[in-house]
Amino acid sequence: MASVGFIGAVAVAPTALPSSRSAFVSATRPVVGVAAPPAVGAARATMMTPPPPGGAAASPASLKTDTVEGVALTASEPQNIADTVYDATVPDARGRYGRFGGQYVPETLMFALEELEAGYAAAIADPAFHEEVNGLLKDFVGRPTPLYFAERLTQHYARADGSGPRIWFKREDLNHTGAHKINNSVMQAVLAKRLGKTRIIAETGAGQHGVATATVCARFGMECEVYMGAQDMERQALNVFRMRLLGARVIPVTAGAGTLSNALSEAIRDWVTRPVETHYIVGSVAGPHPYPYIVRQAHAVIGAETRGQAVAKFGGAPDILIACVGGGSNAIGLFHEFKGDADVRLIGVEAAGKGLDSGEHAATMSRGSLGVLHGSMSYQLQDEWGQLQETHSVSAGLDYPSVGPEHSFMKDTGRCEYVSVTDDEALDAFKLCSRLEGIIPALETAHALAHLDKLCPEVEGNPNIVINLSGRGDKDVNTVVKLFHERGDTDVMG
Amino acid sequence: MIINIYINFFMTTISSVFKKLDKQCALIPFITAGDPNLVSTSKALEILDQHGADIIELGLPYSDPLADGPVIQAASSRALKQGINLNNILDMIKMTSSNIVAPIVLFTYYNPVLNLGINNFISAISNAGVKGLLIPDLPIEESDYIISVCKLFNIELILLLAPTSSHERIIKIVKQAPGCIYLVSTTGVTGQKSELTAQLRMLTQTIKEMTHKSIILGFGISTMEQIEEIKDWDINGIVIGSAFVKRLSCSFPDEGLSKIKDFCTAAKRIIIS
Ligand SMILES: Cc1ncc(COP(=O)(O)O)c(C=O)c1O
Repeated sequence: MASVGFIGAVAVAPTALPSSRSAFVSATRPVVGVAAPPAVGAARATMMTPPPPGGAAASPASLKTDTVEGVALTASEPQNIADTVYDATVPDARGRYGRFGGQYVPETLMFALEELEAGYAAAIADPAFHEEVNGLLKDFVGRPTPLYFAERLTQHYARADGSGPRIWFKREDLNHTGAHKINNSVMQAVLAKRLGKTRIIAETGAGQHGVATATVCARFGMECEVYMGAQDMERQALNVFRMRLLGARVIPVTAGAGTLSNALSEAIRDWVTRPVETHYIVGSVAGPHPYPYIVRQAHAVIGAETRGQAVAKFGGAPDILIACVGGGSNAIGLFHEFKGDADVRLIGVEAAGKGLDSGEHAATMSRGSLGVLHGSMSYQLQDEWGQLQETHSVSAGLDYPSVGPEHSFMKDTGRCEYVSVTDDEALDAFKLCSRLEGIIPALETAHALAHLDKLCPEVEGNPNIVINLSGRGDKDVNTVVKLFHERGDTDVMG
Repeated sequence: MIINIYINFFMTTISSVFKKLDKQCALIPFITAGDPNLVSTSKALEILDQHGADIIELGLPYSDPLADGPVIQAASSRALKQGINLNNILDMIKMTSSNIVAPIVLFTYYNPVLNLGINNFISAISNAGVKGLLIPDLPIEESDYIISVCKLFNIELILLLAPTSSHERIIKIVKQAPGCIYLVSTTGVTGQKSELTAQLRMLTQTIKEMTHKSIILGFGISTMEQIEEIKDWDINGIVIGSAFVKRLSCSFPDEGLSKIKDFCTAAKRIIIS
């Protein structure tokens, strides 16, 4: 079986002072995981000389230890010191996953985050809270979801002698509303009720989180407003209608590219404006602490169920787990249970859009660099000036220039591998899964499935691979019809 | 180079402005750098300086301005669309700051600072002649390192307080603030009209009783009536943002400049009346 020794496996070199040319302006950023040697050059000395405080000599001792020829290296700055050893107990009390996470929000919101943190701590200490959430997960959502043996896909990837990896689906698509997202919405709605909040807001990309949130708000009789990028409203029109049918107000966001990232910003602005009566149900393991933590805990049920089901179905833990990564919630939900099992290989699949070098993708882990977006320190897709970049993916749920902080930590420490899959590869997998398994997956999920094409020929033996089948694809049919037509997929277009 | 540093060092600082004004409220206009273009930003700085601004807040355009409402968001994206970057802006400040008396406070989100490196960023803005720094998405918990670097370069980091800040947070922020304290007058983003409630006034008094540090009030202050009302509160400065940005971002730059000149003059007249 395939495994990774992850302790100290990958050491990411700290980002060095932008090197070369005249001063800071022309610096190019090293991409994630690429070491940039701290260049020593005369040019830089001019910009790092501080004005003499009080007429005294320049740079004080605190900076001097980290200077080269009077140049303070940004490598020594706290945010640039990467963790190399994996720690499964993250986050710490301040919401840190190594150097990632934290709370980078306007002061106006700090009280709301403190309130949420305290409210969540009180809730999980109360058996009545668990009873209510678990009751809803069982009878309203339909949990547990099955661990299903994908027999024909397994045959498809089998070697000539019939051996090969055994492929299993964790069927989150069978949840009420059709994706994993509702695990989180149910938990947070119960929490919001306890906090005395009367109004719920959410952001949504693919619309699955919006639908899940609108659903629980209907169930609890709460006011619900969902921010959604204008472009996403178009490509996920079915979900827009579902939300409206459920009584939610869908607010189009036209800023930027009109996708998930813009919707998230707008939801935060709403929350800053009405923080007292509003609870913001963040839809992924992103945002400021405690969101990445509480959303992870809500989805941890996915991995926890998988553990028991794996023992029952094949007598042990899975060897490889695969999930797509937008913000990273379905991935963390599956991985969390197993991240302390050093011999379970974790693979996150991002959207490579039209290709990693096309400039039109959403592969944060492959092409991102350190930064702060939506309240959290993590890897971001940004330009050399720290302006966030517009992303592209055929799948609205993966079309996001950042990633949850715990994923960045797992990337730095080598605990999880991150790969990417193009629009075209995802469309192929979409079709393949429909044809071979009778399951139409969400386009997000199709990215995880597409990675089997690269992975299966490489693995040895007969490892058990569990894929998080995070959602069903009904919502994507409009988009896919158009794209298959463009590609000339005559087999499906008739 | 060395000469330049000394000139910067002896120029007006943020705290010296408050000291000089004594009980009078400082007028602090905010404009977005590069909207409609950098030449007009430079002219705007000079015009504001000549027509009553005591300090000028200059916003660095950013792709994801979380704390800003539609007016400043639009200004930001117009500036970015022209391909304006930090380097161009600092060059402009370097050229302009020696011609104006009002010290410049740079308003930026945290990501561009991180991206360049904190040391590099602070050093670069200091060299350009910036005197103060405001980072709306950097809470006190994450500020230690940057405060220490700012001190080295004689940049005053201005910390924010909100109407929703808990008493414990107020104490912590007031204590750790290296310079003046910026009280956000309303929950919400920039450009939404502030209510200026009795509660808010009480909050300014609470802070005043805790500290001698200067307090400035901003977010949602846009009308002469509001200025009239708060100039007698015991605060040290009023920040006016969207009202200036809206006037400046005209399709004809000269028209925008003349509008902000009139607005600035009128605002100052009310403060000193
Ligand atoms: C079915 C499905 N899978 C995956 C995602 C991606 O989100 P995350 O990475 O948080 O799981 C979405 C988001 O909309 C989704 O709808």
